Amino acid sequence: MADTAALIQFAEKLRTANAGWVTEIIDALGEVSVVVPRESIVDVCSTLKDEHGFDLLADICGADRGPEEEPRFVVNYHLFSTTHYGRLRLKVRVSEDDPKIHTVSHLWRTADWHERETYDLFGVIFENHPDLRRILLPSDFDGHALRKDYPLRGYEPYSMN
Amino acid sequence: MGLENTLFESLPEVLTVKLDAVVNWARKSSLWPATFGLACCAIEMMNTVSSRNDLSRFGAETFRASPRQADVMIVSGRVSRKMAPVLRRIYDQMPEPKWVISMGACATSGGVFDNYAIVQGVDKIVPVDIYVPGCPPRPEMLVHAITMLQDKIMNESTRDRRDTFEPESRESIVPGTLPVTEGTALEKETEAEVAQKQVSRPYTIPARHERRRTH
Repeated sequence: MADTAALIQFAEKLRTANAGWVTEIIDALGEVSVVVPRESIVDVCSTLKDEHGFDLLADICGADRGPEEEPRFVVNYHLFSTTHYGRLRLKVRVSEDDPKIHTVSHLWRTADWHERETYDLFGVIFENHPDLRRILLPSDFDGHALRKDYPLRGYEPYSMN
Repeated sequence: MGLENTLFESLPEVLTVKLDAVVNWARKSSLWPATFGLACCAIEMMNTVSSRNDLSRFGAETFRASPRQADVMIVSGRVSRKMAPVLRRIYDQMPEPKWVISMGACATSGGVFDNYAIVQGVDKIVPVDIYVPGCPPRPEMLVHAITMLQDKIMNESTRDRRDTFEPESRESIVPGTLPVTEGTALEKETEAEVAQKQVSRPYTIPARHERRRTH
């Protein structure tokens, strides 16, 4: 099992900087995840990028915990550092009724398309995104395909079965 | 006897033959497929042209990179909703006469991909002449399909095929398959507009020779 003490240090530094930034620290399977409130994701990201060397955003992906869960969606930010090679995951939980997060595409340009993909497949809306539209599915597609309650064959008339 | 002998004696360099027979013979002997691979079936399609199976024995080995020079479109693999308008455009760009081979289970019926992303059968987009089963079909099966298509071509009439301008086929758009660059998600169409498009744009546009046969 990889040593996660160094990564937990970063999470503790965040908590020291602002107690409201860290809701929970999850240390599992040699990986560290930090649950961040939705309002502070931009501050946390810019702090990690500018002060703690996490200069590479490896991925943003969504997760649907199911329509019965509250909050329903989780948006994961996978950060990587090209200087100290640490990997940190940020988790932001958003509800189905108000699935909005502020964009981080002004910090990392690559977040542009990752956020478009998350919007496309899960319907999470990234506020102040420069060009939030579908990226994988056809632009007139109905619904968001990776939601748990999306039917496998799609909605009419797109299902054509 | 009769007319043929008279013709042969007066014009010995002239051969009389049925027009359909000689035109179809020329067409079937040089079927040029479009270079158009979609999925794993395309690997078998490449293998069909390779030296072991040698599709050139049947005159169909010349894969053309431009649909303007192709006669046959081998739909080799699953067709996604976003690929469907592209496939239809390639078909429209091919000059008449043209034929389509639906290669494999996915192109024929969607195969195992019974979901929102895959068109359930390419015959919803283009008229198909030969269906090849298999997942993927062996190269021998594609060779067989080519020979079956040649038999079919020999039974056609040149009057069934016209190279004509078809504006409705150029404007046809399969629902759910608009290019991703058009519009933004924030300007999403209302359901009424989508329903209106359903009425005004039929899903399947038959080729001209198909309409001639059905009417």
